[in-house]
Formats: sequence, structure tokens, C-alpha cells
Amino acid sequence: MLHAVFLVPLFPLVGFVVLLAFGRRIGEPVAGWIGTLAVTGAFVSACITLAGLANQPAHARTLTCSDACGTGANAHSFFTWIAVDGLHITAAILLDPLSMTMCMFVTGVSMLIHLYSIGYMKGDRDFTKFFVYLNAFVFSMVVLVLANNLLVTFVGWEGVGVCSYWLVSFWFFRDSAASAGKKAFIYNRIGDVGFLLAVFLIFSKTGSLTYVTIFAHSHLLSGWSITAAVLLLFMAATGKSAQIPLFNWLPDAMEGPTPVSALIHAATMVTAGVYLMCRVNPLLALTHNAMWVIAIIGGLTAFVAATIASTQQDIKKALAFSTVSQIGYMVLAVGTGAYVAAIFLMVAHACYKGLLFLGAGSVIHGMETEQDMKRMGGLRRVMPWTFVTFLCAWLALAAVPPFSGFWAKGEILANVYAKSLPLYALALLTALFTSYYMSRIFFLTFTGKERWKDPAPDGRPAHHRPHESPWVMRAPLVVLAVLAVFAGAANLPWVHVGTLQNWLAPVFGHRLFDSHESAGLQVGLAVADGVVAVAAALAAWFLWRRTVDRPGLEPTFLQRVWYWDNLYDALIGRPGQLVARTYAVVVDGRIIDGAVNGAARLVRATGSGARRLQTGFVRNYVLGIALGLAAIIAFMLSRTWWS
Amino acid sequence: MIELAAAVSGSHAGFLTPHIRYLAILPEIVMLGGAVVLLALGSLVQRNLRVGVATAATVAISLGALGCSLWQWADVRSHGPFTAVDHAVVVDGFSALVNILVSCAMVLTALVADGYLRREGGAGAELHVLAMVSATGAMVMGSANDLIVVFLGLEILSIALYVLAAFNHRRAASGEAALKYFILGSFSSAVFVYGIALVYGATGSTNLTQIADFLSKNVLSSNGLLLAGMTLLIVGFAFKVAAVPFHMWTPDVYQGSPSPITGFMAAVAKAGAFAAFLRVFISSFGLVRTDWQPVIYALAIVTLLVGAGLAVVQRDVKRMLAYSSINHAGFVLLGLEAATARGVSASLYYLFAYTFMVIGSFAVVTVLGRRGDAAHDISSYRGLARRQPLLALVFAVLLLAQAGAPFTTGLWAKLQVVLAAVHGAVPLAVVAMVSAAVAAFFYLRVAVLMYSPLPAEGEAPGVQPAAEEPVPLYARAGAVATEPAVPAEGAEPAVSTWGTVGGRPLWTGIERSVADIEHLNAGLLLDGDPLTLALAGDGGTATSESRLAAGALAVEPSGAAPGRERMLVDTTTTGAGGGTPGDYSGGGEGVAVDVAGVVSAGRAPVPVLTAVAVGLCLGVTVVLGFWPGPLTSFAHHATLLFLP
Repeated sequence: MLHAVFLVPLFPLVGFVVLLAFGRRIGEPVAGWIGTLAVTGAFVSACITLAGLANQPAHARTLTCSDACGTGANAHSFFTWIAVDGLHITAAILLDPLSMTMCMFVTGVSMLIHLYSIGYMKGDRDFTKFFVYLNAFVFSMVVLVLANNLLVTFVGWEGVGVCSYWLVSFWFFRDSAASAGKKAFIYNRIGDVGFLLAVFLIFSKTGSLTYVTIFAHSHLLSGWSITAAVLLLFMAATGKSAQIPLFNWLPDAMEGPTPVSALIHAATMVTAGVYLMCRVNPLLALTHNAMWVIAIIGGLTAFVAATIASTQQDIKKALAFSTVSQIGYMVLAVGTGAYVAAIFLMVAHACYKGLLFLGAGSVIHGMETEQDMKRMGGLRRVMPWTFVTFLCAWLALAAVPPFSGFWAKGEILANVYAKSLPLYALALLTALFTSYYMSRIFFLTFTGKERWKDPAPDGRPAHHRPHESPWVMRAPLVVLAVLAVFAGAANLPWVHVGTLQNWLAPVFGHRLFDSHESAGLQVGLAVADGVVAVAAALAAWFLWRRTVDRPGLEPTFLQRVWYWDNLYDALIGRPGQLVARTYAVVVDGRIIDGAVNGAARLVRATGSGARRLQTGFVRNYVLGIALGLAAIIAFMLSRTWWS
Repeated sequence: MIELAAAVSGSHAGFLTPHIRYLAILPEIVMLGGAVVLLALGSLVQRNLRVGVATAATVAISLGALGCSLWQWADVRSHGPFTAVDHAVVVDGFSALVNILVSCAMVLTALVADGYLRREGGAGAELHVLAMVSATGAMVMGSANDLIVVFLGLEILSIALYVLAAFNHRRAASGEAALKYFILGSFSSAVFVYGIALVYGATGSTNLTQIADFLSKNVLSSNGLLLAGMTLLIVGFAFKVAAVPFHMWTPDVYQGSPSPITGFMAAVAKAGAFAAFLRVFISSFGLVRTDWQPVIYALAIVTLLVGAGLAVVQRDVKRMLAYSSINHAGFVLLGLEAATARGVSASLYYLFAYTFMVIGSFAVVTVLGRRGDAAHDISSYRGLARRQPLLALVFAVLLLAQAGAPFTTGLWAKLQVVLAAVHGAVPLAVVAMVSAAVAAFFYLRVAVLMYSPLPAEGEAPGVQPAAEEPVPLYARAGAVATEPAVPAEGAEPAVSTWGTVGGRPLWTGIERSVADIEHLNAGLLLDGDPLTLALAGDGGTATSESRLAAGALAVEPSGAAPGRERMLVDTTTTGAGGGTPGDYSGGGEGVAVDVAGVVSAGRAPVPVLTAVAVGLCLGVTVVLGFWPGPLTSFAHHATLLFLP
């Protein structure tokens, strides 16, 4: 049963190849179904593997191979990729409860979103291409998750990056989409530099890139090198998971089609950074300084993004900042050593955030590409399915008990409380904002006056009556809504058997942070969370139920993302352009081109001049020979005399 | 006779005619004997020998010589090198390689010449016979172990070449080339002979082995005589291999000679001369190499730079290839300058690779020269890829190989000589690479031009002329026909003419009559394209429609100025329609158009045998480029088996 794990990456790969080769001929609806089927296959394989893994005793649930494992029946390896002297890289699988959990929700959510896309992308001129990219993405993501060494992880890491680029700029004929794709790619590349440097550093110290070997030899990484390695990996994570300072690309990435936003930029890819941090947790355990950096960055990101999300007008942008904020929580959890809490939130978040985006997509679909929440309102009557499911997601994300977000976030908050009080305060404040912005989104969209009936203030005409989406889009909504409501059950605090905590504990072992809080304190913290969530939701209800114009609550500073983009533009963008332009005009244009063209002109001029010597008269030719002869003779004689 | 010889030799009572070991000079005997037999046969038969027969015989003879050379190679590999004919001839790996090379070149030249002779209406076996005689000379030079024998080979090689250069007696340029070559060649031969005399004076022998022996045993107190002798020998050789500043005959002769002969000349004459050059200076004067190395160093530098630099400014492809061959000579000189086993081996490799590239290139040039062997202006190569994609591809690959592109023998050849040079003379290697970069420009220029698209249909600017401006000669036929130019009152009645081929303007320039056409878009003419010639005056418009057929356009030299030739468009088959402008004198007669550059009417026919030759050249260049091992070890072993 465990060998079904090999099928998990193979299914989407086959789907990708088939769609790439024959997609155009297969045509619109069928290509989408093939893509969905491929991912469903991966999901089923993952389920079978999960069943197999659960049957193993707890301590034997890590299946991998070390540096030089073969490709035999029992080795979890596809093939030897690189074998150069000391460097031995196999395309091998590391199957343990952590990667299994990731696989489960990645393939599961992907499957639902593939299904949803068939409806959403209907009639798009590049329908097939969309599924080619999606399948490639799922394959890359699975590779990232299942890799047993850093290099293969990096392959998946880059794979998801490039798929993200393709999908963000999927409608590349729009300038904004094209440049958003570039922005996403470049921010990710900046992070990837950190990944590569970390790989080099780790290899130079431990002589291996395979996780188990690295962890076994982690004592070789000591002092500055372990901190550097962890921080470099974290730099990669900030790029991929949109954390400060590399978080600005994610809101722009909303230019992509909404299923992409849901799948890649909410549920799966953006959590890869968190996964990477969890994966290398034995390294993290060796460096407290780096842990603190991670925790602080996570907490700050969560807070900053939540404040920004409170002021956005575009529904997808608001959700994007919410994603940044939620991942900030996960990073904060990683920084405190509460890995299980991070993974718990990641899974829960994948469900409700995926659902939120799909709901937003349904709204956008129904309103014919309108994304401005201020032109929505009162949609609950025309889109009942979307309304109900979005309601579940709202309550989950706002962490209203007993929805999943409450349990997941509560666990993080409890751990942070034990680690550091200031960080807890920040996180609790963020929770307040979280509930507030989410409620604001919900009320603006689904309640209040039906503003879409009026023409827009800027003169755009009123919308037609929005319509509910087709069943292929509604079905994933319902499934995800159920999950969003009940995902909290996976790790209830007072249950001790069969929970995520038990399941994942062998991966983290003693490195898992144990808060040792008394039951009373735990209950107190939970009550605080719930009260904050409900209070903020009520505040939003009072503020946004009827009114849409509250400029006081939407300061420009927050709407413009803390002027973060302007800062980068001024600090990096403009000087960079200046340097580039200088190089293009001066160095390349004048010096290099000048040298090349000058040399060419010189040759041509010399040639044209020398051409005149070629008179065509034999007497001149003989003169040439004679002069040459005389010159050589003179040279020879001069040497004789000199010597 | 023997008594007489004994009397002449005086005190040497034991004078004997040398024992001739015929097997040692078998390739030469086969080649020369075959040539003589073929010549005799040709004069015995009543009518001129048919070209096909001559070609078949030549190929057979050359293959025989090739077989003998290969046998020699095997023999030398197993039994080691030896001298023969009183030490005047040497049989070693080096000579065997040169013999193989020359035989191959002869086979290829015979194949290319066949198509050329058929096209130009030649008959008889003269060209083949002369080429074989010349090839024998090159072989003799490769096997010579005596300066006198070297000279003998040089003259056999050269005299036949003088005649070959003049072979196309219909072209004045051919005769001019031959005469120049002859005069300058005689001059350089004289220099060479004088060099032999001085060396003999300095060392007491003309035998290469004995010269080396003498130099190793004696230290010359005053070496002026030897230095002068070496200098003169260098000049003599440098003339033959076309090293600057003794190169000036090369462009004229290469341009004037019949194209297949140019290829032969570039390959065989250079190979033979370089073989002797290497042997004389490495084996005989190896010990005094510090004396001659600086000279070769300087010669190599100027040869490399002048060859590449002047090739850039040429418009005639044959002239450009002539300068390119000068550049190649500079590269081979690198190996000589190194004066090491590695250098010799690199030079041999280069000569081998070069032979196939240059014969292949000139074979393509022969084909594209068309009847009259005149269409060598670079502009006539424009758009070749559209007309004849395969030919263009082959030519492009051969040119890239000459430029030293990867996956061709050209790269390895250049690499080897540069590696040989870089050990002792880094600046020289740098100059070589710079010249290779310059050379890449003109090779690529031709390649790019072949793949340049023709002016697209409809791109012809539909000029609406102002009244006082001259009427544009070209415009799209339709446009002009519907709106004939109406001159302003009082102005001279304008007459406009235009011609289009397949909708594209046939000529450019703003002129009033057909006779003043500035430039003709020669590259536009394709077989079977619809051709429209028209003349519009105030009386109306006369147009004639026809289809181009091979032969409908003829080229003949106008004699007015170099490079200007006359194109005759045969319009007899076309019917004039439309109005009847007064001064349209066409209608049934040929319209004469003066063109700068040369016309190409449709596809240039590629004879089968030429295609075979080009294919062989390309095959060697590319296959050995991908798989350089065999040729490298061949050149390496030839050098190892180098005597002494």
C-alpha cells in the first residue's frame, strides 16, 4: 500500500504530458476532466498511502533512503539523478506523517479546484493550457513535498514558482497580469537565492543534501553556519510564503484566474515556505536566534497584512492580504517551535481560504469579472449557495468558535503566550483585525443594499442580475465548506488519541515546543480568542452592514500597503533602473558596442585602404615580393650583426 | 651513356644511376602515367574525348593513386619510413598523408570540373590531364627529400596550374589571371632556385637529410649565406602558399581562374607547397629554427590579419574566398612557427580539413557562377535559401566550417594550430583568434545574405510622383497601370517603365528609360515566375506578360565597366497588350537592361557529380567535425612517422 506513494507525483505528470501533447486536439471540456481525473488519481493514491502509513507503528512511519540508496523494490527512490564523487542525489521519496499530511491536503484541494476550474474557465481561449499548467503545478508541489533531499525539493520549489508565474500571467495580454507575473517570479527568485546559498552551505559543511543525512550530521553545522543556513532557508520561505520583506508580490498575483489564486496563492504553494521550515526543524532546533527572527517576522507579517486587509476594496486583494496574515501566523508558530500548530492551521487554512477564494470566484463569475466589493452587496439572495458556503468560511477564518479557525489559531496563540508575551499581544491584536476584516468582506459582499443595481460612481453602468454558478463550481464549495467547519476536529485540545498532534509528533519529537499550560489558562486563552473574534465581528456588523463609505476607517497609508511598494520602488527599483540604463547606454552602448563597432570600422577602413595596394598591375605585385624579400633579408642580416 | 656519365663525373669513377624503387613513388607514377595515357588517348581518338569519359578516367586514376597512397601509409605504419631513389625521395607518414590528400582533392576536382565543362561547353581531357599533372607535382613536393626534387615538384605543379588558370579562354579575366600567375610564379621560382643555390653553398648539399646532418655536426662561423638561402626559400614557399606580402597574385588569379580550378589551386597547390615548406624547414633547418622562426612569426601575423581584413571589403565571392584562403595560410603557418611535432601535426590536420572545406565551397561557387562562370557578386547570393534551400544550407555549413564553427573540422583545425602556437607564441595565438573573429564576419555575411528574405510582396513603395520629379521606374504594376503618371503641363512627356516578377519590382532606381536602370533585383528572378514588362507614356500603357523560363534571361558582359554586365530579357514570346506608346521599341525584340551585379535566372542547376563532390566534402567536414578522433590520430601518426 505504501508504494502507492509513487503514483502520487506520477498521475499529475502523466496528466501534464497528455494535455501538453494532445490538449489542443482534445478540446475544451474533456481536457479539463482529464486534468481533474489525473489529480483525483493522485488524491486516491495519497489516501491509499495514508491507510498504509497509518497501519505502521508510530516509530516506523518514516520511510526514506539515505545517500546511496538503490532503486530496488523497497527503496523509495525513482532513479539516481546525480552521482559525482561525494555528491549522490537520488530522486527519492521521503514519506513521513508530515509529507503525508501535506500530500493529502495538496492533492485533495487541488482536485476540488480542478473541478471548479472546469466551470470557471469555461469558454476561455486557453482552456486546455490552463489545465496543462495546473497539472504541472500539482506535480511540482508533490515533488516539493515528497522530496527526500534539498535539491529535489528545490526542483519542486522552482517548479511551483514557474507554474505560479505562468498562471499569474495567464491572461498575459493584460499588462497588469503580465507584470504581476514578473513581480511574483522576481520576488520568488530573490528568495531562491537564499535557498541555493543554504544548499551550498549545508553541502559544504555536511557533505550531503539528503535530509536524514543532514540531520544526522547537523553537529557539523555549528555556530554561525547553522544560523546562516536556517536564515537563508527562511529567506527562501519569505519569498515563497509572502512574508516580510518579500510579501508584496502576493496581492498582485491576484491578477491570475481565481482558481489559481485559490489553489496556488492561498491553499498550497504559499505554504511551501512553512512546510520547508517544518521539514528542516532539526536544524531550527539548533539555533535560538534564528527561531526568534522567524517568530518576529511571522508576527509582524501577520499584523501588517491584517491591517492592510481591513482597508482593501478589491475582494481578491483583501483575501490575499488575509492569506499573508494567516501564513504569518503559521510562521510565528514555527518560530515558537509549535510545528504541529502551524501544520494544523495550514490544513485548516487550505480549506477555508480555498473556499473563500472559490466563493469570491463564484461571486466574480456571477458578476462578470466585478471585483470591487463596494459594487456588490445583497448577494445572499441571488447566490444562496455561495452565500452559505462563504458564511462558513468567514466564521472559520474569523476564528469564531467552534469553527476550524478557532481551534487552529487558538493553539498557536496558546503556544505563543507561553513563549513570549509581547508576541502574544501582537498576535491577539492581529486576531482582532482578522475577525474585523473578514466580517467586513462578508457584510460588504453579501448583505446590505444591492449596489450592483446602480451605476458606479466612476460612470460604469449597472450590472445585470448576478447569477449563481453551475454545479461544477458549487460542488467544491460545499465540500470545502464542510471541511472548513469541521477541520478543527482534527486536533481538538482535550482529545489525545488519533489527533494531528499524535500523528505528527514522531516527526518533531522532543523539538516540539511544549507549552505546559494549565487547563485553566488554556480555557482562559480560548475564551479570550473567542471574545476577540466575536467582538470584532460585531463591530464590523455595526460599521459595514449598511454603509460603504467610511474613509476614516480606510486610511491611505493602509490602502497603499504601508507604502511598502513605494519604498522598494524608491530604494531598489529606481536605482536599479538607473544602473541598468547606465549600463545599457554607456557601458553596452558606448563602450562595448563602441569597441565592437569601432573594431569593425577599423577593419573595414584598413581593408579599404589596403585594397588600394591591390592595383592589378603585375609590376606592383613584383615590387611587393621584392620589398618583402628585402625586409626579411634586412631582418636576417641585422640579427647576424647583432649576435 | 654510362661511360659518358662516368666521364662527366670525373674522379667519381663509381657513379651509378640511382636505384629507383618504383614502389616508393607509385602514387606519383600512377597519377602522372594516367595523365599521360589519358592525354595520348585523347589525341588518338578522332573527335574530342567526351567529358564524361575523361572524368571517369580521371576519377579512376585518382582513386588508383589514392589506393597506392593508402597502401604506402599501411606500409609505412608497419615497416617504418625510408628513403629511395638515392635519398632524393622519402616515403614516410607525412608524404603518405600528402599523397592521400592530393588524391582525394583530385577526385573531388574531377567531379566538380565535369559539371563545369558540360555547362561551359568544353570538351576533351585537357583540363583533367593538366590537373592530374599538377597534382603529381604536389605529390612530388610532399615526398621530396632533396631541394632539387622540391623544385621539380614545384615546377610540375605550377606550370600545369598556369595553363589551367587560362583554361576559360573566352573570359579575358581568365587569361589575365594566368599571365599574372605565370610572371609572378616565374619570378618566385627564380628566387627559390637562388635560395637552393645559396643553401648548397652554405651546407654543401641539396639533400635535406644531409643538410640537417651538416648543420648538426658543424657550427657555422659565418652563417650569412645560409640565412640568405633560407630567406629566399621562405619567399619562394611563401609565394606558393600565398602568405602576405607575397600573396598579391592570389585574389586576381583566384577570381580569374575557372571556379573548379580555383578550388583545386587553393587546395592542392597550398597542400603541396606547405608540405615541402614544413619538411624543408622542420627537418633540414630544424636546428637553426631560432633564425627562421621570427620570420615565420611575422609572416603569420601579417598573413592572418591582411587575409581577414581584406576579405571583409570584397564584393566578389571568389575574391573573398581568395583572401580567406590567405587567412587560412596564416593559420597553417602557426603550426610551422611552432616547429614542434605538435605544430606539424596541427598543420597537417589543418591542410586536410581545409582541402575539403575549400573544394566544397568552390564547387558551390562553381554551380552558382552559372553559365559564363561570372555570377560571383555577393548580391547574387541574396535569397538563395528560398530558391535552393539545400544548396544554401550546404554552402552555409561549409562557410561556417571555414569560420571554425563547432561540430565541423574547421573548429578542430583552428584549435589544434592555436594550441600548438600558444606554447611558444602567445601573441601569435591571440592574433590568430582575432583574425578568426574578423573572418567569421565575412563568412557569416554570405551565410546571412543567403538566408535574407527577398523584399516582400507589396513592400514596393507605391510612389505618387510629383509632377517635376522623375517618374519612378518601378511601382506595383497594377498601381501604375490604373494611374498612369500625368506630367505637368509643359514638362517633357514622361515615359515610365516597370517590370515586375511575381508582383515584386524587378529593378530599382528612378530613371526615365530602360537603358538607365540603376540596379536590378537579380535575386528576385525565379523560374516560372510571372514576368511583366511595361512601358507607360502619354500615349497609354503597353504591357507584356510572360513567364520566366531558364534561359529567358541571358547575361553577357557589356564591356562598359567592370562589374556591369548586360542582361537580355527575351520578350519574343510575349504578346504586347494595352496601348501603343510611340517609343516602346520592345515588342518582339529583346529589351536590354544594364545591370550592376549579375543576374541569376531561377535556380542554378546542380550537376549530379558536383552534388556528389559537395556531399563528400560536407560529409568529411561534418562527420569528422563531430568525431575528430580519427583525423587527429591520422595527423599525429603522420608526424610520428616523419623522417627524420
